[in-house]
Amino acid sequence: MKSLNATVFLALGTLLALFAAAFAEDSAYRLHAFVLVAVLGIATIYTVRRVRFGPAVAEDTSGYMDGPIRVGTVLTLFWGIVGFTVGLVAALQLSFPDIFNIQPWFNFGRIRPLHTSAVVFAFGGTALITTSMYVVQRTSRARLFGGNLAWFVFWGYQLFIVMAATGYLLGITEGREYAEPEWYVDLWLTIVWVAYLVLFLGTLFKRKEPHIYVANWFYLAFIVTIAMLHVVNNLSMPVGFFSSKSYSAFSGVQDALTQWWYGHNAVGFFLTAGFLGMMYYFMPKQAERPIYSYRLSIIHFWALIFLYIWAGPHHLHYTALPDWAQTLGMVFSIMLWMPSWGGMINGLMTLSGAWDKLRTDPIIRMMVIAVAFYGMSTFEGPVMSIKAVNSLSHYTNWTIGHVHSGALGWVGMITFGAIYFLTPRLWGRKQLYSLRLVNWHFWLATLGIVIYAAVMWVAGITQGLLWREYDDQGFLVYSFAEVVAALKPYYILRAAGGSLYLAGGLVMAWNIYKTIRGDVRNEKPIAGAIAAGVQPAE
Amino acid sequence: MGILDKHVILERNASLLLVASLVVVAIGGIVEIAPLFYFQNTIEKVEGMRPYTPLELAGRDIYVREGCYLCHSQMIRPFRDEVERYGHYSLAAESMYDHPFQWGSERTGPDLARVGLRYSNDWHVQHLIDPRSVVPESIMPSYAFLASTKLDYHEIGAHLVANARVGVPYTDDDIANAEADLIAQATPDADVEGLEARYPKLSAGDFDGNPDQITEMDALIAYLQMLGTLVDFSSYVPEQNYR
Repeated sequence: MKSLNATVFLALGTLLALFAAAFAEDSAYRLHAFVLVAVLGIATIYTVRRVRFGPAVAEDTSGYMDGPIRVGTVLTLFWGIVGFTVGLVAALQLSFPDIFNIQPWFNFGRIRPLHTSAVVFAFGGTALITTSMYVVQRTSRARLFGGNLAWFVFWGYQLFIVMAATGYLLGITEGREYAEPEWYVDLWLTIVWVAYLVLFLGTLFKRKEPHIYVANWFYLAFIVTIAMLHVVNNLSMPVGFFSSKSYSAFSGVQDALTQWWYGHNAVGFFLTAGFLGMMYYFMPKQAERPIYSYRLSIIHFWALIFLYIWAGPHHLHYTALPDWAQTLGMVFSIMLWMPSWGGMINGLMTLSGAWDKLRTDPIIRMMVIAVAFYGMSTFEGPVMSIKAVNSLSHYTNWTIGHVHSGALGWVGMITFGAIYFLTPRLWGRKQLYSLRLVNWHFWLATLGIVIYAAVMWVAGITQGLLWREYDDQGFLVYSFAEVVAALKPYYILRAAGGSLYLAGGLVMAWNIYKTIRGDVRNEKPIAGAIAAGVQPAE
Repeated sequence: MGILDKHVILERNASLLLVASLVVVAIGGIVEIAPLFYFQNTIEKVEGMRPYTPLELAGRDIYVREGCYLCHSQMIRPFRDEVERYGHYSLAAESMYDHPFQWGSERTGPDLARVGLRYSNDWHVQHLIDPRSVVPESIMPSYAFLASTKLDYHEIGAHLVANARVGVPYTDDDIANAEADLIAQATPDADVEGLEARYPKLSAGDFDGNPDQITEMDALIAYLQMLGTLVDFSSYVPEQNYR
């Protein structure tokens, strides 16, 4: 009876999608429904071929459930490369507007949400779900709760990604940054997310360890807060049951603050709290040292989740949002610096007594640079939230640079570190295919980020200053178009930085592929490792 | 450090940890967002704001669909350079019927909050088809397909109903006439008396230079041409709205 239930549900889903296509009120909805028919149809055929009617062979459920984690590791990598590639396309579109301009599907306005969602929700989200399943089992000494629930969460989330991404290309969007998927995709994500909460919480309930490990606090806060943000921010009124369009429940100023309350905490809880959970497990494991301070973890956790949620209004400085809300947002953003650096210190100091590993272990190097970038961008963020600074930086590429030093530097690097840690363990390999390739990845990615961030700082400040440049008679010196022209070299350099980062991702994909196959590269050990066995001078 | 030792209680109880986290993360949002719905002075009292005409609404949906907000803001900040470049700083009232808001976060292209009536319809058509033919430095993609895509408006009444359900004051009359109003606004020399009574200060006629067909280009330009034109700033006294 293996796979039978899944097959039945998938076949029913395919049928429903077909009905949706038949009754569609608009052409985008119809095309989107056909995408769903195709995806579910292929999945049905795949599971049908796996149905076995023989006597049920009891599955071994004594150990940890690592199936979804293995698939998740590979898909994290896949989505990462998709996200970086689409980002590069977007960067090239801004540099050379006449290439890659395949309208309407690949115009910048549709590619940009594809890029942000591919990186944040596909790459980041898959990484979070995958690592959280790994971490919660190990730190609770319990198998994932609910049997196939884990598979439902995993594939349900992948379906969300595919529907969101194809929707953008078809022009199906709610028009709110990082919350672009339309109402029916949002409803599906809500179902998947509740199942994820049940899975995670259920596993915690089953735990054999008396204490819940700190990494799980962060994962739990991430799951529950994203649920709250997602549901409130996506409240909207569909035009009809068979329509791809909905109108936000809120309007104007209220809609703006709700959106940035969501948007900033997508950063705070998706890209920060969840990945801090990753840091709290994988860094101590790779360094073979306990977390630096338990008490700092407690303060850091509660202060971070309490303060982050207030910071949204700093995206709306000097807009029509009332002043009191802007000021509140700024004050809390500055306070947020403290717990952020508390987390950075807790991560970095975990290496006390093991700093020599930086020379010999490129994986720990990757994790350390991730935390360093975390510290850098959580310092930059509060600075940019100061109203005087924001008056210059808002609407410019400085914001883009800031986001990328966080996303490429912190989110990307800590995820790469976790994948390098996980792969040999999940596939029962003694070691990675090549540590030297990890080193290559490290330097390509780091160089890529540094170029990207530096170029965007210069571009952003240039933009901000040129817009407000006056001549001695009090006239504006530059037209808007002249400022656009001035940015061209920076746009090209940014694409170069992004290519380096993508190249690093491809090196990683090769390394992971060979590791899964069980190959080991014949190479000289990393310099310094030769001294293994010799006690490093403290 | 007695209080930190008590943390053990939370660490041993997953339900308690869940509830405590949820309470802690809920506070900030409630304090910041909820008052915006109750404080009377959040949205200024101004003359002239009205809901979008059906054609403008269809155009706005295209603006949203194509992700224009990802490069163009619609929010002029109260700074000397912005006011000189784009016009009077934006008021909260001006986006009171915007579901969703389109203030944007980037100015890869210029602000559009007051772009209405600044350029001719012909300029917009040319610019959307081939942006670099009118602005050589532009990096905007071409939207030529809008001119050849027929506008799908058979559901426009349902769009007005959905907006009405989330608080836009469309009347039964507006909804009943939605499709007729849309056609009238985009057709040269049509009878627009009823339309103008329902939606003051509108531009009507053929927008895209092709009077035979109502295209997505017609709708988008109708929307662009009304941006920032509604509020009567001669009767607006900012001091009355100090907050």
